[in-house]
Amino acid sequence: MSLATRPKPLLDIWNTPFWEACRDHRLVLQRCTATGRCFFPPAPVSPFTGRPEWEWITASGRGELWSWVVFHQGYFGGMKDELPYPVVMVKLDEGPFLLTNIDGMAEEDIAIGRRVSVRFPGGPDGFVLPQFGLEA
Amino acid sequence: MPPDTPLASPAIGTPWPLRDKVAFAGIGTTRYGNFPDTDSYGLGCEALNAALDDAGLKPSDIDGLIVNRIPSYERFAEMMGINPQYCLLTETPGRFSGVSLALAAQAIATGAAKTIALVYGNNGRSVRMLYGGGDSQWSPWGMTSPGAIHAMMWRRHMHDFGTTHADLGHVSVAFRHHACLNPVAVMHGRPITQEDHAAARPICEPLRLLDYCLINDGAVAWIMTGAERARDMKRPPVLVSGYARQDCFAYGGAPAHDWWYPTLSACRSVYDRAGIGREDIQGLGIYDNFSPTVLFSLEGLGFCGQGESGDFVQDGTLQLGVDGQKGGRWPTNTSGGHLSDSYMQGWGIIAECIRQLRGECGARQIPDARAMQYICATHIAQSIIFRRADA
Repeated sequence: MSLATRPKPLLDIWNTPFWEACRDHRLVLQRCTATGRCFFPPAPVSPFTGRPEWEWITASGRGELWSWVVFHQGYFGGMKDELPYPVVMVKLDEGPFLLTNIDGMAEEDIAIGRRVSVRFPGGPDGFVLPQFGLEA
Repeated sequence: MPPDTPLASPAIGTPWPLRDKVAFAGIGTTRYGNFPDTDSYGLGCEALNAALDDAGLKPSDIDGLIVNRIPSYERFAEMMGINPQYCLLTETPGRFSGVSLALAAQAIATGAAKTIALVYGNNGRSVRMLYGGGDSQWSPWGMTSPGAIHAMMWRRHMHDFGTTHADLGHVSVAFRHHACLNPVAVMHGRPITQEDHAAARPICEPLRLLDYCLINDGAVAWIMTGAERARDMKRPPVLVSGYARQDCFAYGGAPAHDWWYPTLSACRSVYDRAGIGREDIQGLGIYDNFSPTVLFSLEGLGFCGQGESGDFVQDGTLQLGVDGQKGGRWPTNTSGGHLSDSYMQGWGIIAECIRQLRGECGARQIPDARAMQYICATHIAQSIIFRRADA
């Protein structure tokens, strides 16, 4: 399996720090300074106050597997060889959800409620893609 | 990850200010299928002409125009020779069928226009429209398509409430049964069983082919006008009695982890807004882009408790009777819906509600249909109640 041919992240002003941190194998989130709550995807303001008062933090990289699906229908040419592939929805301990993939764990071990933690197994050209495996 | 902002939901006990003030005066639908010799303009013109004929009107009687999935309102108006005093193009997602209806009602009630044509045209099949792929924030992980979003939500629903994939089969089988009673449905003459549903090709597990709607070319047009004006027109008017809507955009682009239950629950205000109780309704039109949305809608609007929809739809609850046999209490999507008639993004389902209330549905007619309810489970949760003007 190669991540190199996957679709590239869609960069914008707000999410660029997220992707740069992935390159350093760090999962970062914005945290609202008024409420202490984290949010994702990256945005110019906190959704809890509507104000541009937030800071980047390094997240624990841990969370719970909330749900999962298996793609049989392909939509991306660069992922044709990976079909069928799972996508998991992870609720991070900091609150936000991420849609991601498993890394270093067997598909048979996927189950709702499992504790998972982040890995950085590589990614499409020039990017590192955070994925999740059973909690280390 | 929703912020803790309260829902600005319509209050229970308050009538809709537009209750029974606006009516459907005409309905037009094209055939649904693969029509590479035309496009959304051609299909839209065909549907609008059918609706004008149905209403006994000419293009010059139209002074308001709302188009959807037709690229340019300007070009469409020009083609039909319509120079309105109110005109707009609404966004492409299917939630905008109900939104467009509400905008038209508001425009008529405030005098912005007297008679509005709403025209939906889609040539998604012949252009091989794929609802997935492209660039989005989740593409690097291979996450894409509305079907996958619903699959993710349904997996969690099964986990939390003990529902099963077979529960969805009761939805798909009921709607296919209806398509077999509807001679123009795309899946007419092709009945399915629970076993067919279970064995269908997986698309994005846990969902399979028969949980997905049918992409086709086609168009739907509605003509709406004031209730008084409609009374003097050709067709028996159908009134828009109540409309309720609650949005939530706080899901971070991920599947709705609450199945839209809070926002759909807020739409229970539609009964008070319409002045019509649930027991006074004979049939339903539910936005079924994927089979799980039907169950989310039934739970959200309170037809059963949260998590109980799987049991609720057993034994043909959503199914019409046939050959004198008694049907279920809540015949739903009697044309076949998006799953078995065609994916006309809510426009066709609302057209079917109107036709039921006019008593035009032949073999699939709900006996003595006096009021119908439409429900749409999305980030813009909505419900609408229609009734026969003479009921």
